[in-house]
Amino acid sequence: MAMTMHLDVVSAEESIFSGVVQELLAPGTMGDLGILPGHSQLISTLKAGELKYKTDDGESLLFVAGGVMEVQPSIVTILADTIVRAEDLDEKAAEEAKKRAEDALQGKDPQDLDYEAIQAELDAAKAQIEMIHRIGRTLR
Amino acid sequence: MAGLKEIRSQIGSIQNTKKITKAMEMVAASKMRKARERMDASRPYAEKMRQVVSHMALGQLEYQHTFVKERETVKRVGYIIISSDRGLCGGLNTNLFKKAFQDIAEWKDKDVEVDIAVFGSKALSVFRRFGVVAESTGLGDKPTTNDLLGTTKVMLDAYEEGRIDRLFLVENEFVNSMTQTPRVTQMIPIVAADMDEIKYQWDYLYEPESKEVVDALMTRYIESLVYQGVVENIACEMSARMIAMKSASDNAGDMIDKLKLVYNKARQASITQEISEIVSGAAAVE
Repeated sequence: MAMTMHLDVVSAEESIFSGVVQELLAPGTMGDLGILPGHSQLISTLKAGELKYKTDDGESLLFVAGGVMEVQPSIVTILADTIVRAEDLDEKAAEEAKKRAEDALQGKDPQDLDYEAIQAELDAAKAQIEMIHRIGRTLR
Repeated sequence: MAGLKEIRSQIGSIQNTKKITKAMEMVAASKMRKARERMDASRPYAEKMRQVVSHMALGQLEYQHTFVKERETVKRVGYIIISSDRGLCGGLNTNLFKKAFQDIAEWKDKDVEVDIAVFGSKALSVFRRFGVVAESTGLGDKPTTNDLLGTTKVMLDAYEEGRIDRLFLVENEFVNSMTQTPRVTQMIPIVAADMDEIKYQWDYLYEPESKEVVDALMTRYIESLVYQGVVENIACEMSARMIAMKSASDNAGDMIDKLKLVYNKARQASITQEISEIVSGAAAVE
């Protein structure tokens, strides 16, 4: 029987794969990593890419958007990100969260804006303008 | 009789209210099931993450992450408070805020400043006057880790830059569908008690540098804690709402029964009065 190891692929939102594999190919940030059973303890960050693994049933593919891989001789754990991370995007999200708090403190609450209602009003106004134009044309 | 009509319309309005609360109860029940599934689905990640972080905290010696180191003096602490966006869920938020206020008051007594970040509009409206540094509201029933990144990062940055010396998470713990208890946990520095369970120690190979790997991992660890807190809080919100709406429906039922009794008595009284009027009228004619 071939040597095997246990592979867990989990994301913050769900468990993606859990089972016995014979071989694993992961997209490490420094280059692709092939992992066989009995590999020494390793932690590597992953970049977005394909995760290939071989089970008794054959080879399978998964897409990971990045994350961290922990390798122990008989257990491999991949903590996958569900989204592609970029430092500047995180920065932007942080800025937005801050700004929202500031807005809320000053009493202008962006949540109060009912975008649907505004959109409906806008559409109605557009239709009115169009109608006025049409009437104006027939009168002339 | 005017009373009869009034009572009838009152019964009607209570019946409408009961219909609404009943519907809300059922919606909350089905949402709770889904929220619990999501909560369970997020467990493996947090669990694995905790194991890896604990191993690393014990094993590696080359680089100590700031999130592991305890700071000697505490001048300012951070709180991430997770609440629901909507009300009508019994005392869920009130109890949580009470707990948070107690904690914050204790720090204030020790002359420690407090920074607050909130998830959920209920917490925002309450903690607004304390000065909120970051907020995310309107997350809905299915938040993604993406939705939580910004607010979490504000607090993590604050810690790294030394503006806060501790970070706490305040959320509701889902005990079962009848019980939810508010809970305050220390997120940073990562509590040492977590690390006692490990029997075997080893040091990892790091790829790339240990610093980069540890940084990436620590940030994700905290984010996963926050995500789990948010998901758990949603499950709490739904079950609290379910219970609140159930008791509201029951109360409405009781009230309808009482009013029906009053209504029937009033109806009987008016019939009796009519009969006696007719009888006395007939007697007068004779």
